[in-house]
Amino acid sequence: MSEVREHLVYSEEHEWAETVEGQVVRVGITDYAQSQLGDIVFVELPELGASVLAGDSMGSIESVKTVSELYSPVSGKVLKVNGDLIDQPELLNGEPYEGGWIAEVEVEGSVEEALGKLLSATKYQTLIE
Amino acid sequence: MKPEKALIFEMSRPGRVAYSLPECDVPEIDAASVIPSELLRGKPAELPEVYEVDVIRHYTELSRRNFGVDNGFYPLGSCTMKYNPKINEDVARFAGFAKIHPYQPEESIQGALELLYTLQNDLAALTGMDQVTLQPAAGAHGEWTGLMLIRAYHESRGEHRMKVIVPDSSHGTNPASATVAGFETVTIKSNERGMVDLDALRAAVGSDTAALMLTNPSTLGLFEEQIVEIAKIVHDAGGLLYYDGANSNAIMGIARPGDMGFDVVHLNLHKTMSTPHGGGGPGAGPVGVKSKLTPFLPKPIVSRREDGTYYWDTDRPQSIGRVKAFYGNFGILVRAYTYIRTYGPDGLRRVSECAVLNANYMMHRLAPYYEVAYPGVCKHEFVLSGKRLKAYGVRTLDVAKRLLDFGYHPPTIYFPLNVEESIMIEPTETESKDTLDAFIDTMIRIAKEAETDPQLVLNAPYSTVVKRLDETTAARKPVLNCTCG
Repeated sequence: MSEVREHLVYSEEHEWAETVEGQVVRVGITDYAQSQLGDIVFVELPELGASVLAGDSMGSIESVKTVSELYSPVSGKVLKVNGDLIDQPELLNGEPYEGGWIAEVEVEGSVEEALGKLLSATKYQTLIE
Repeated sequence: MKPEKALIFEMSRPGRVAYSLPECDVPEIDAASVIPSELLRGKPAELPEVYEVDVIRHYTELSRRNFGVDNGFYPLGSCTMKYNPKINEDVARFAGFAKIHPYQPEESIQGALELLYTLQNDLAALTGMDQVTLQPAAGAHGEWTGLMLIRAYHESRGEHRMKVIVPDSSHGTNPASATVAGFETVTIKSNERGMVDLDALRAAVGSDTAALMLTNPSTLGLFEEQIVEIAKIVHDAGGLLYYDGANSNAIMGIARPGDMGFDVVHLNLHKTMSTPHGGGGPGAGPVGVKSKLTPFLPKPIVSRREDGTYYWDTDRPQSIGRVKAFYGNFGILVRAYTYIRTYGPDGLRRVSECAVLNANYMMHRLAPYYEVAYPGVCKHEFVLSGKRLKAYGVRTLDVAKRLLDFGYHPPTIYFPLNVEESIMIEPTETESKDTLDAFIDTMIRIAKEAETDPQLVLNAPYSTVVKRLDETTAARKPVLNCTCG
């Protein structure tokens, strides 16, 4: 059973997002996503300062089974990336909602609106069932 | 077999030799007199010094650890691991093919040119295309070549179209080739039957669409019945249709991409035409096009004069240029030609019919034990899901590992991505019913083992040189240098 956290919002592509402060939103992949991918062995992180669009690819995740695109759940500018994932991609498997966060994006326009377009925990739970 | 094997370098002892070179038949020159000193070695290369018998034993033992179609059944979905008839090898060794040089004058290699010319035409006839280039050295190279032709075509019309659409069930090489060719890829989702979602396609096409890349039958082994409608949608938007020939083994002599509306086709000769699967060795990925794209084909093409002689046609001003040194991997083309001539048109149709029959037979016998992802009639391959076994803690990977104990190369697993715990099986036409039954019985046995004794499956394989490998650590922390000796 995959963990879905109540306070996060989710994309249909299995990313989560949460506000860190102000316009800054932290994103990662869900517990369900990591369980489907299997052991993750490499992460291609988004470029610092890059502009990303919601739904567009901003990197990729390679597991022993496959390579998957990493889609941005929000539009904005990449402020920070989680450099720990370069040496420890296993963080994505072990703690996808904590040490396995992927990037922080400065959202363009209203954060509330951007996150409002994503799925609630309940809706995401239904999606993966 | 011993699990650990010394490297040939570790077997080296000073003074041992395993060669006897023939006497030199040209005058000897001092290397230093013709090669700049900075390019010359300071000390001799550290080549292993070993006896001939030890070289033979070393490599023979390593070769016995290989698994190939000549060892056993290899139902690797999407790869068409058919038997490679040995007559192909005989013909490729004919002196007139094996002992010629690409710089020889045309008049002295007319037979080889005739073979290439005939093969170009045969492949064009088989795919419904107007002209074929034999230059590309592999399937993905063919894809790239085809996309460069599409690019040249649009540019010749003053159109800058940079998006290539691929369905989510496509081969991974499709988006990769499109990216290498400078395009942006747009992925569209399949519908619930595993086919192209026409609404998603309509929404994706536009004035920036260069092409749609498609396999038919699809990766799921299903014939895309909406292909005429798909072609219309793409063509109406001004885009072209690219056919990935990976699955041609299902349709030879029955359906042709050219008749379905495709403009560009590549064929994997190592799949459909029984040339060896390279393992890094030479391959061939010929590309066929409709007439509107022929001016852009790589040059030279082999052409025929009115007097019946053959020549390298290099007078092609709009050509994208060469895509391979010389004229492609000639020895592989000889094998494909031999295969086509051995079967003839009716025989090739029978190849596809039997490939489809074998796949359907297996799918129906396995259906009670492994869920069929898309029930119905399949083409040359089919996709099962191992998700029923998850209740016993057994996954598709474990089934694949257990198959090794019975001497089989496992099917393709975890591809296509849109089927959970997927197992993709392609038996090919070259297997007898006995072989198919033995494999099916083994798959059923493993499904039962998963229910009654899951640990047995989880710890497999038992009979191989190395047991269950730690693939995760191998990928995360690869050891790339030999630290022994």
